[in-house]
Amino acid sequence: MSVGITPGFRVTRAGPLALLQDAGRFGVRHLGVTQGGPADLHAWAWANRLAGNEWGRPVLEITFGGLELRAECDLIISVAGADLSARHNDQPLPLWRSVKVGKGEKIKFGTPVKGLRAYLAVAGGFSAEPVLGSVACVAREQLGGFNGQGQRLAEGDELSVTTPSRNSSASIQTEAPQQEQPDYAAPAILDLLPGAQIADFTGRSLFDAFNAEWRVDDRADRMGVRLTGPPLHCRIASMISEGISLGAVQVPSDGQPIALLNDRQTIGGYPRLGNLTPLAASRLAQCQPGQSVRLRAVGAEIALQKHRQFVNRVR
Amino acid sequence: MSHAGLPRLEPAGIDGWMIRLFGTIEENNLLWLTALTRDCETAIGAALVDLVPSYTTLLVIFDPLQTNAWEVRAQLVDILARLVPDDAGGEGELHELATWYDPSVGPDLARVSERSDMTINAVIDAHSYQEYRVFALGFSPGFAFMGLLDDSLICPRLDTPRAKVPSGSVAIAGQQTAAYPAVTPGGWNLIGRTAARLFDRKRDGFSLLKVGDRVRFVTVDRHTFENEGGDPTPMAQPAKETRT
Repeated sequence: MSVGITPGFRVTRAGPLALLQDAGRFGVRHLGVTQGGPADLHAWAWANRLAGNEWGRPVLEITFGGLELRAECDLIISVAGADLSARHNDQPLPLWRSVKVGKGEKIKFGTPVKGLRAYLAVAGGFSAEPVLGSVACVAREQLGGFNGQGQRLAEGDELSVTTPSRNSSASIQTEAPQQEQPDYAAPAILDLLPGAQIADFTGRSLFDAFNAEWRVDDRADRMGVRLTGPPLHCRIASMISEGISLGAVQVPSDGQPIALLNDRQTIGGYPRLGNLTPLAASRLAQCQPGQSVRLRAVGAEIALQKHRQFVNRVR
Repeated sequence: MSHAGLPRLEPAGIDGWMIRLFGTIEENNLLWLTALTRDCETAIGAALVDLVPSYTTLLVIFDPLQTNAWEVRAQLVDILARLVPDDAGGEGELHELATWYDPSVGPDLARVSERSDMTINAVIDAHSYQEYRVFALGFSPGFAFMGLLDDSLICPRLDTPRAKVPSGSVAIAGQQTAAYPAVTPGGWNLIGRTAARLFDRKRDGFSLLKVGDRVRFVTVDRHTFENEGGDPTPMAQPAKETRT
């Protein structure tokens, strides 16, 4: 299969943090290589869908805004996720729908209004050489991204795109259904699948874990998000290090939970309440510091069903 | 596998199971863990996403669109019932890591020597004499936690981690030893530097070391270290340990 690769955008202003993300880096976690991939799987998947792409194409994850791009050719794009005051030339850029952008036109992200991370997909997908099977950009590991070295976007970067195949534009869904567009400013309820150490927390702490309002701390990044609230007490202080899966909610000795996201370390030794579902982890990744969230225990069967339904809707 | 209630299967999200085999760290754990890892690869096949072995556990991550937790659980129960540990003698690839032990690249050699009441040469002998096993990889790509260190060398982590540890640095902390594959922050005691390329994105398998492998640090002089591609750039010496 031969695909064309052309310059798609020029970065005219980098902003604080814009990263290339495909679905993530898999099959290498036993080597200490983290998962990477989109912090908000839901918005990332919709961005691809609305650009007419199949699941998994590389997308820009723009955190906090500030990014400015100039189109180097005519493109079809879509932006899903956070409202970062995006503009298309001098007009507000509509979110959750496909948009035509002409050569020389500008896309500018401002400051966050709702949510934290916007996903910009382009028809055909951004193009970069995979490293360890993925282009997911993990700065800490110096892996992935446009140059393979884990670098965030920088001013002057030329962003290559894969020319979309001719039949793909016909299948474009132009707008995401209203119910797929979350209100990120609303209080979030996060589904959590209880894990093995749940029984080692005291009864009071179990009540608090699932009934307290948790405040999203400003110590939050792609590795994890700290929650503050009533201190949770666990009979286990620390454990022998073991593999940590996405969404694990670990509780260090200060009793304040940390939900671990895509760039978490691969092993760790704190007791855990359980795992946020992938959609709950996505939702948390859009919470601004100071927002409140609640944890809701969920059964494995319902959690799996919800996840499969989401993938079927967007795939 | 004599601990009460073990082995045990613990839920780890919609796409994972934690297989807990042991309650304590023992070298023999690895014989079971490497065998279990291999059996899982074979049995789960295409629906398998990742396997993360570590000290006493194996985390199994599967694709929840191709299979589900109940199917995988049944497979794991079956595997555990038939599990036979690897042979104690021959298992695990042996790696010899050419290591230049010198205060210029191992700024904590003096501290370790003082703490252990041994000469620097005795510390080097004790560290390079023994063969180590890889118990886990983590912290950064290709970072292997190895052990178990001779009791005489046990030394706590630094109170304040260094912001930048040079790649190749050979280090000890508690009962473990490791070599830093890349420049990262680090709180372990640095005693030397290896010329070995521990993580290479162009190499088949990427990481030189894998869980269950055996490692020996081989003392080389500066000349050999440089010939094998080692970077002899000295480290800034640590601030003197404050005594109260």
